[in-house]
Amino acid sequence: MNTEHFKTVVAFRTVLRKEITRFLRIWSQTLFPPVITMTLYFIIFGKLIGTQINKIDGYTYMQYIVPGLVMMSIMTNSYANTAGSFFGAKFSKSIEEMLVSSMPSYVILFGYMCGGALRGLSVGVIVVFISLFFTEIHIQHLGIVILMAVLSALLFSLGGLINAIFAKNFDDISFIPTFVLTPLTYLGGVFYSIKQLPPQWQAISILNPILNMVDTFRFGMLGVSDLNIYFGFSLVCVLYICLLIWCLILLKKGVGLRT
Amino acid sequence: MYALSVQNLKKIYGNKLTALKGINLEVEEGDFFALLGPNGAGKSTTIGILCSLVNKTSGKVFVFDYDIDTDLEAAKSCIGVVPQELNFNPFEKVQDILTNQAGYYGIPKNVAVPRAEYYLKKLGIWDKRSQPAVRLSGGMKRRLMIARALINEPKLLILDEPTAGVDIELRYELWEFLTELNQKGTTIILTTHYLEEAERLCKNVAIIDHGEIIEHSNIKSLINRLNVQTLILDLRAPAHSLSNSKFHFRMLDELTMEVEVLRDMSINALINELTEQGLVVSSMRNKTNRLEELFVRLIAENKKSEAQIL
Ligand SMILES: Nc1ncnc2c1ncn2[C@@H]1O[C@H](COP(=O)(O)OP(=O)(O)O)[C@@H](O)[C@H]1O
Ligand SMILES: [Mg+2]
Repeated sequence: MNTEHFKTVVAFRTVLRKEITRFLRIWSQTLFPPVITMTLYFIIFGKLIGTQINKIDGYTYMQYIVPGLVMMSIMTNSYANTAGSFFGAKFSKSIEEMLVSSMPSYVILFGYMCGGALRGLSVGVIVVFISLFFTEIHIQHLGIVILMAVLSALLFSLGGLINAIFAKNFDDISFIPTFVLTPLTYLGGVFYSIKQLPPQWQAISILNPILNMVDTFRFGMLGVSDLNIYFGFSLVCVLYICLLIWCLILLKKGVGLRT
Repeated sequence: MYALSVQNLKKIYGNKLTALKGINLEVEEGDFFALLGPNGAGKSTTIGILCSLVNKTSGKVFVFDYDIDTDLEAAKSCIGVVPQELNFNPFEKVQDILTNQAGYYGIPKNVAVPRAEYYLKKLGIWDKRSQPAVRLSGGMKRRLMIARALINEPKLLILDEPTAGVDIELRYELWEFLTELNQKGTTIILTTHYLEEAERLCKNVAIIDHGEIIEHSNIKSLINRLNVQTLILDLRAPAHSLSNSKFHFRMLDELTMEVEVLRDMSINALINELTEQGLVVSSMRNKTNRLEELFVRLIAENKKSEAQIL
């Protein structure tokens, strides 16, 4: 390993370690809230309401919503982590510590992206554990589960980073999650199969990328899907690469960071 | 090789405000260089461009011959910067601020930890190492930023008004510390309001005003060029004037007189004249420090010439 390579690895590890330390230190705001909300979802939708609902694709309603809730947790937490942490660094100006250092901008990007993804995935694992108190899950295709979880975590982590790059105040980092991501998630087949929708709504729903991701993830866990999983998988990859390039350009140019 | 070479550097903020009008600067290796100028002159903008916190509009910057357009990372690894305003995460621990900064430069923990200890001790904040930065006093926060700027052992240390709002004792301590650092070979660039500071510490100086360098030379020769100094005399007994004096003077009050002494006149002549007229002087001092006098005159001239252009 040559010196430049070594320095890059050290710099990356520093950013990543700082991100992990951050979300672990404030666990009561990062890791714990999903435990509460997801337990409530399982009790209310799974137990109380779910028992009155017919099986979907051979699974109880409780089992059917587990993959969607896991995916939802991964996505929102990955996004919230980079958005909050990176905007916080901008707000306190401590982002300048990174900007003046000899670390290339792509290292900042990868450090934050991986840090955010790790929080999302940690919460995902926690939610899987909670679900085991309520129902049995036999994972059908572990490879697809892991791949989709990781790719979605990375994708939403990048999304949060881009949001933070453009954000000028704290309202700007809650706008997209509230008005774009939450609706798309709730309409993204977390709680229902789109086969239950009228045909025209099915056609519109297919345009929702979150639906495709949730559906592919559900195929990994339960082995059932409404849509084409290859399409879902390709979509995440394409979106990820697009956001990655966009984010690299933004950081390189210093959009929202340098005057 | 220059530690810093700036060529025709321009900065326009948001297509409107021209902060730098194409400045040229050269700082020799090992120099202790002062960048002086009134508020809003463009000092922080210049520094921001050097350490890539501000995007330049045009021009060239070389740091130890590394072009910041093509060799940005190499250029940045030569620089340590102490910004004008606090820019650390206030909730981070003092020691973590230093080791993380080292990490960004690619310095591994086993090197960073002892180095952080060295600089924290050197700057007298070692016993605060486990405290979040927010708990430090104002002066300590500034020292923390200096320690942080040194963590990559930069060849060029840039300080943007490091002693603004710092008490006299700490100012003296910092002066001593910076002098020692400079003697060990670190090139230092300092912006300051305190001209006394520049006069005491620095070898070379540039004066910037309205985004233009209006003076760029050796500090000693600059002071020698000052062809007039203003003295304040405290008189033992009330007086009203000096009659037919060759000195330009005015009375500030009955007991205080302000006199301008041109370079080709001597202070002896002034004293003689005062004695002849029976005035007893109990004390005498320069109205301002000499660099300050020069500075004020240069800025005033710049204003005049600008007014003529307009
Ligand atoms: N981020 C910014 N956006 C717009 N104008 C700025 C910005 N920063 C500084 N300026 C303007 O540029 C000029 C130079 O400012 P600055 O470099 O901070 O001066 P100094 O450090 O010498 O006091 C001032 O007129 C200031 O108002
Ligand atoms: Mg300034």
